[in-house]
Amino acid sequence: MAQTAVAGETEAATQVALAVNNIEVVYDEVILVLRGVSLEVGKGALVTLLGANGAGKSTALKAISGLLKTEDGEVTRGTIALNGERIDHLAPETIVRRGLFQVMEGRRIVEDMTPIENLRLGAYTRRDSEIGADIEMVFSYFPRLKERTGLAGYLSGGEQQMLAIGRALMARPQLMLLDEPSMGLSPLLVNEVFAIIRQLNRDLGITMLLVEQNARMALRCADYGYIMESGKIVLDGSAAELSNNEDVKEFYLGGGEQRKSFKNLKSYKRRKRWL
Amino acid sequence: MNVELLLQLVVNGLILGTLYGVVAMCFTLIYKASQVVNFAQGEFLLIGAWVCWWLLTEFQLPFYAGFLLTLVFMMVFGIVLQVLVLRPMIGEPVISVIMVTIGLSIFFQAIMKWLFGVFTQPFPPIFPIRSVDIFGLNVQPAYLMSMVISLLIMAGFAWFFKYSRLGLAMRATAFNQQVAQSLGISVKQMFAVSWAISAMVSALAGVVFGIVNGVSPALSFFGIKVFPAVILGGLDSIVGAVVGGLIIGVLENLAEYVDGQWLNLGNLYAIAPFYALVLILMIKPYGLFGTEKIERL
Ligand SMILES: Nc1ncnc2c1ncn2[C@@H]1O[C@H](COP(=O)(O)OP(=O)(O)OP(=O)(O)O)[C@@H](O)[C@H]1O
Ligand SMILES: [Mg+2]
Repeated sequence: MAQTAVAGETEAATQVALAVNNIEVVYDEVILVLRGVSLEVGKGALVTLLGANGAGKSTALKAISGLLKTEDGEVTRGTIALNGERIDHLAPETIVRRGLFQVMEGRRIVEDMTPIENLRLGAYTRRDSEIGADIEMVFSYFPRLKERTGLAGYLSGGEQQMLAIGRALMARPQLMLLDEPSMGLSPLLVNEVFAIIRQLNRDLGITMLLVEQNARMALRCADYGYIMESGKIVLDGSAAELSNNEDVKEFYLGGGEQRKSFKNLKSYKRRKRWL
Repeated sequence: MNVELLLQLVVNGLILGTLYGVVAMCFTLIYKASQVVNFAQGEFLLIGAWVCWWLLTEFQLPFYAGFLLTLVFMMVFGIVLQVLVLRPMIGEPVISVIMVTIGLSIFFQAIMKWLFGVFTQPFPPIFPIRSVDIFGLNVQPAYLMSMVISLLIMAGFAWFFKYSRLGLAMRATAFNQQVAQSLGISVKQMFAVSWAISAMVSALAGVVFGIVNGVSPALSFFGIKVFPAVILGGLDSIVGAVVGGLIIGVLENLAEYVDGQWLNLGNLYAIAPFYALVLILMIKPYGLFGTEKIERL
């Protein structure tokens, strides 16, 4: 069963950047937050992970990037593989060196440093001589950052988000995890940030896993999407499929109001690949 | 009033104050990077000075060789101490970690007394002249050297934290450990680096002070004297540590002047900084440059 499935997928597997297999995450050794989550991100793809508050989206990203280990969280079951190699046991700093970089929820820039210092920090794992050129490259994507020479803590929310993304670019990641980049931004800025994310994905070929509350925007720029509820993936499909799905329209894109949750829907059994 | 004496004491205060500032910076470095209140800071000076003295007298090494070897030794010492003693304490309550550093302080004092005795030992002379004359003031060349070295160290720190890759990473670690790790920085490595730098630079201060006053167990008093400086400056501010050190240095000497001229209490020199400390904590609980954390009761 699983054997044959894997054998049949070897061709495709070489194209898989990130494979999360049936992971379970527990906080403080008792609080079970993820209950068997599986997802896959193809090389060069832009995949979105949607879900309501508290569904476990950030937890999933932190499990992947290893930052869970800094919060008393633990992956108690399942595996996570980057380019076919398991990374679930690695320290977060090692995972960054493997080319996976998480832009955490709430920007988390270093407030008592200037934007340029933040960008140089992003390149901490690099030792090459192109760091200066890459700072200019980031400024070409986010021109307004260049004019800000004060402390990053005084930047506006949108500028801080741009700095957070720019800082991630400085690490030259293959795979970027973005946790709610639209949080707290005005509609106009949301558009701008999403356009840049899409552009980075296309221009630089950076694979992206994008967690969002703003399902409409996320589905507009993503190739594929997963929907999470109470620590489980309840639905997945191409962005077009999801956008046209009646229930997604209803719960995430605004619309009818008959059902309260996917949990009540028998028809949305997750495709069982690992059983 | 004896203006010349006053001036001399102010200059002494500034010279000693820069040295306090350097040690206070070292203390703050550890506190900022790893949130450890290091009560064994004074012992870093003591160990550094004794090791250097021992290399110079026992092996007749030239000063520069002995000095460099001391720095290398202290770097390794700082790392080993952090990895073996402090690293297992990560996540333990603050008070437990404080008890450990107090324990280390007592332990190192005892070891140094056992190895080198309790008497003051002079450094072999390093400068050919006893004193130089600057604007009519008598200044020992060692004091001048102390001042120059302290200022160089401060400039070095400023450069390190502003421009070096490691310095930025240490600032990020001090800002938020999770953020630092998300950038690929090994927080454990940064802790070790902060202890290594702190031990090295403190030892340097210890050697400088030893050259001026001789080496003795009294050197570890520096660790205690540095507290008013650090708290005055605000515990987590490097600039504050320097300013605090300068203020304490000058204050001590002014207190001696006032005492010598009028009060004749005889001990104001040693305790004035602590009076200042109490006073300042009453007015500004987070020091002059510290981060304010408001605690409501
Ligand atoms: N460090 C932690 N310790 C204990 N429980 C946690 C921790 N972090 C998150 N949780 C719990 O795990 C659940 C999922 O949290 P998570 O942050 O992953 O949700 P989310 O989908 O990202 O939500 P949001 O959209 O609000 O960001 C929540 O119930 C939360 O209370
Ligand atoms: Mg979240």
